[in-house]
Amino acid sequence: MFTDVAGEERQMITIRFDGRELSVPAGISVAAALLGCDITTMRTTPQSGAARAAYCMMGICFDCLMVIDGEANQQACMVEVRDGMTVAPQQGAPEIMVTEVPS
Amino acid sequence: MRAEVAIIGGGMFGAALAYGLRRDGRDVVLVDQGDVAHRAARGNFGLVWVQSKGVNSPAYAAWTRRSADLWADFAAELTDLTGIDPHHHRPGGLEPCLTEHEFETRKTMLETLRGHSNGAFEFEMLDARAARDLIPGFGQEVIGASYSPQDGHAGPLNLLRALHAGYRKLGGQAITDAQVDSITPTADGFMLSSRGHDPVNAERIIIAAGLGNKKLAAMVGIDAPIEPLKGQIMVTEKVSPFLTYPLSGVRQTAEGGVLLGGSHEDVGFQDDSSAPVMAAIADRARRVFPFLANARIVRSWAAIRPMAPDGLPIYDQSATLPGAFVVSGHSGVTLAAVHATVMAPAIAAGHLPPDVAPLNAGRFHE
Repeated sequence: MFTDVAGEERQMITIRFDGRELSVPAGISVAAALLGCDITTMRTTPQSGAARAAYCMMGICFDCLMVIDGEANQQACMVEVRDGMTVAPQQGAPEIMVTEVPS
Repeated sequence: MRAEVAIIGGGMFGAALAYGLRRDGRDVVLVDQGDVAHRAARGNFGLVWVQSKGVNSPAYAAWTRRSADLWADFAAELTDLTGIDPHHHRPGGLEPCLTEHEFETRKTMLETLRGHSNGAFEFEMLDARAARDLIPGFGQEVIGASYSPQDGHAGPLNLLRALHAGYRKLGGQAITDAQVDSITPTADGFMLSSRGHDPVNAERIIIAAGLGNKKLAAMVGIDAPIEPLKGQIMVTEKVSPFLTYPLSGVRQTAEGGVLLGGSHEDVGFQDDSSAPVMAAIADRARRVFPFLANARIVRSWAAIRPMAPDGLPIYDQSATLPGAFVVSGHSGVTLAAVHATVMAPAIAAGHLPPDVAPLNAGRFHE
């Protein structure tokens, strides 16, 4: 779907996406790296569960929310890939509630 | 342009009355200033709230309860007509207490409210265990809460949109960029003049211009001493549903975002967010729900309530120019149902509902 205009001069690193290892160029965003691998479902919406991909690629639309290294609702277009990073789609809205047990 | 009733102001009060008058089959024109207005109706928190309203005014307390009781049918009516769901829910609402002093003060206040309502206002004070039975996420600092089954909440922007859409769908006319500069009595009513627009003539007028009411009410001989009172709100990213019940300062919207609010600042017409107030709001919310520390704040805003000195709404008809009505207040979401279904038909018939007689503007001169 996308062609890397930098050709083969890129330094490549490895990230994990949904259990797979992906070889991606260093120095680009998570969203760009995934689109480069033809991955277009970055999250599902909280209301209808519809699939979404990055749209604006500049931090505005919040359609590329992902779980990055265990942290929910990260904007994949605003985070740079790092070797060994783990990335997963954000499925709906994250759970935040941790119930305190009365002592 | 000529109409039976002209309404100045398309905010929560004006839109509910405009919708209600069209619903009543009246010929109406809504005259709105446009987006230069302060727009309190775009900054609402979205409570349909009964507990704590009208502790010093049985009339206001009863008017509020009446609207809260009408809300479910009203929301269904708007959804059927417009396809826009105002997301009304009435599971009851809570005010969490973090100290014994807060708890006792709250209890005394709500007992007063119940006393002068002849039992029509219902509430209970919950201890820490009972509060956690309702809301398991309460933090250790919550030592109790007040609960009223009569409270609820709604999506304020959905409501405002539904009121305007319903009004248009029923054939209501609107001028969306006219600032009314003068109100002149005529042989058969009133003429509203706005720079750049043809005058609007109407048999009756309703002045519902929020902060603009102070100046406009004076043109029909009513002193409406309305002053700005700022409120700030923050909203988190969407998170999984964890909070069915609205609290007075925390509520989770139907979409999943968590609204945090509850500030009151007397700072004139300044309507920007400020760090100290946002920090205080966030701190209290985090003491109530410690896990909210995991949620990002994605937006913040401030809005200015049009507030009378006693915090109550103002409803009046001019004694010198009958047919000119003034309506003002801050709880436009809560009161939308009673404004549309009770007040609008009464005004169409030439009078205010007797329920609100004590809320006249003359009370500031007694």
